[in-house]
Amino acid sequence: MFKGNFIDNLPKIYGTYTGGFLVFCLLMALLEANGVSAKTIGILFLVFTIAIYALIGILSRTMQADAYYVAGRQVPTVFNGMATAADWMSGASFVAMAGGIFYGGYTYMAFLVGWTGGYVLVSSLLAPYLRKFGCYTVPDFIGTRYGGNLVRACAVLVLVLASFTYVTAQINATGTIASRFLGIPFELGVWVGLISILLCSMLGGMRAVTWTQVAQYIVLIIAYLLPIFWLSNKFGFGFFPQFMLGDEVARLGELEAQYGLVKNSAADIKSAGVPGGLKSISVSHAGVAEGGMAAWKFISLAICMMVGTASLPHILMRYFTTPSVKSARRSVAWSLFFIFLLYFSAPALATLAKISILDPNLATGIIGKSITDVQAIGWVKEWIAVKQAYIADFNGDGILQLNEWFMRGDVIVLATPEMGGLPYVISGLVAAGGMAAAMSTADGLILAISNALSHDVYYKMVDPKADVAKRLIVARILLVVTGAFGAYIASMRLTGILGSVAWAFDFAMSGLFFPLVLGVWWKRATRQGAAAGMLLGLAAGTAYLVYVAPAFMGNTPWLGIDHLRFGLIGAPVCLVSMVVVSLMTPEPDAKTQAMVDDVRIPSGKTIL
Amino acid sequence: MSKNNAEAHWMKTRSLMFLTLAIWFFFSIVIFMFGSSLNNASFLGYPLAYYMCAQGSLGAFVILIFWSSGKQNQIDEEHGYGEDD
Repeated sequence: MFKGNFIDNLPKIYGTYTGGFLVFCLLMALLEANGVSAKTIGILFLVFTIAIYALIGILSRTMQADAYYVAGRQVPTVFNGMATAADWMSGASFVAMAGGIFYGGYTYMAFLVGWTGGYVLVSSLLAPYLRKFGCYTVPDFIGTRYGGNLVRACAVLVLVLASFTYVTAQINATGTIASRFLGIPFELGVWVGLISILLCSMLGGMRAVTWTQVAQYIVLIIAYLLPIFWLSNKFGFGFFPQFMLGDEVARLGELEAQYGLVKNSAADIKSAGVPGGLKSISVSHAGVAEGGMAAWKFISLAICMMVGTASLPHILMRYFTTPSVKSARRSVAWSLFFIFLLYFSAPALATLAKISILDPNLATGIIGKSITDVQAIGWVKEWIAVKQAYIADFNGDGILQLNEWFMRGDVIVLATPEMGGLPYVISGLVAAGGMAAAMSTADGLILAISNALSHDVYYKMVDPKADVAKRLIVARILLVVTGAFGAYIASMRLTGILGSVAWAFDFAMSGLFFPLVLGVWWKRATRQGAAAGMLLGLAAGTAYLVYVAPAFMGNTPWLGIDHLRFGLIGAPVCLVSMVVVSLMTPEPDAKTQAMVDDVRIPSGKTIL
Repeated sequence: MSKNNAEAHWMKTRSLMFLTLAIWFFFSIVIFMFGSSLNNASFLGYPLAYYMCAQGSLGAFVILIFWSSGKQNQIDEEHGYGEDD
């Protein structure tokens, strides 16, 4: 069916795959129309998609170091863009972001700016240079540029801390989805999620992860966009909702004024018995708060997310897999394009979800209706039963007010198709999309951690004489151990999805951003400077996190820099200590300086 | 020659980086300093600050990276560092 080599056939292969997936969706719709139960359809969606990813993972098995660590450096520009987009868009982006906008409005949307703007830093400061360097992992760059095991070990420490914080949230998300749609307990769902994740990455490392991530991107983008277009057209808001919801945003403003944005007191919420984590709408959708502090909170969050993006190793290592420096650079642009497709749709989804339950003129509206009627609606009943939604009649008038409707932010995306009255097959599709998003990110993160441990710690520090076969076996053992440890932590339910995701960015930003950037852009940066920067930056950031986070000491944030923004403390400390210590120590030797010169020239052989 | 060439190439690369980051700074930070006053204006029917963080700045970043990577390729080729792929 396909002639020639695999890379040349990629467009055909993934075209066929996309067509096949759409046919599968139609088949499910047909089954639903013929009375197959919702539960069965949900299970079929998850099982079918996971089986495909596992198949790709197994077909991509390899015993070569280049293929295992950097997918043989032959991933074409656009496909690497798709893989990076899947790697990037986590359970948080897919499942939690629209819900965050639903409740947080404009203020929350600082995450959108932060999670896209960071790619400008990646493309102009880092990706092309790291590709030219030819390293296998991010600590590999730090270790070679600055020289010595100490800096390498510091980089591994920051990498593990940041990525591990992030990965537990992803495994948590796979567990949530698996438990809801397969009907198993959460603790078991986490392990089912982990096994699916490992099936994709274990045999083929980066090569397998790359080709499954492309497949996962296709599923997740279809799953995200289809319900948005469908809902918008169904309600007659416009055929291209991303550009045509201006009136609805204005309408939301009117409705907010009409219903009133009431913030319930903690005592009221407690006495009404609202389950933990559920929220009511109390913040304006598009309104911007006046004053410098509000603007600072927005900007400071955006800065943390942008700089964090440019320091996260699982993203940077995706650009090690392209065939050339030029294509690495171009690939960053494609990555952001594919990410943009989802991110500019998230506000549209939040708007649609909000208006479909707020507007009393729509058949789907619930606010302002009688509570007994609302409680009889199918999806309301289901989500209340699993404690993800709640109704508290504070004023006792039997009518549902805006501040009396509670729902968990993380379930907005999963529930929107039902809220808007779409067939269940769409909910199954969305579940498959959420699973794809969480799995692809988890795969990238687990691989980043285990590659750093196997390549930088085991091969470079412990046993430099190990042969390829032995290294790759160690890499796989570490992969399984890392994943199992992540699943174990996730099964203890220590964190909500988003709090810990933001922490990962702050950790990475505190310890890695300046050592990476200055490694390319400042020849004078020395080994001692880099080590001081990483250690002091990380220590300052972590100390501040402990000082300020409600879960730890919970002190009043300084200048509004709360636990989501602790990178703003860590990164400057890192920069200052790195510059001061570098200037106090002798400049790097001629060989290192020549190496930096060479990194700056795109053509020619890689350095390692 | 080759050393001067490499230096000239790096100078141009650096200027492009600063220009790119200046544009990035405008779209990611400067406009959101004025969020509440921008919101009085509207674009496509959306309040302007809302529009910018929902898609305006995001789109600007996409275009910016495509543009600057194209520009960088030109610089590389001018100095004989182009790659074919």
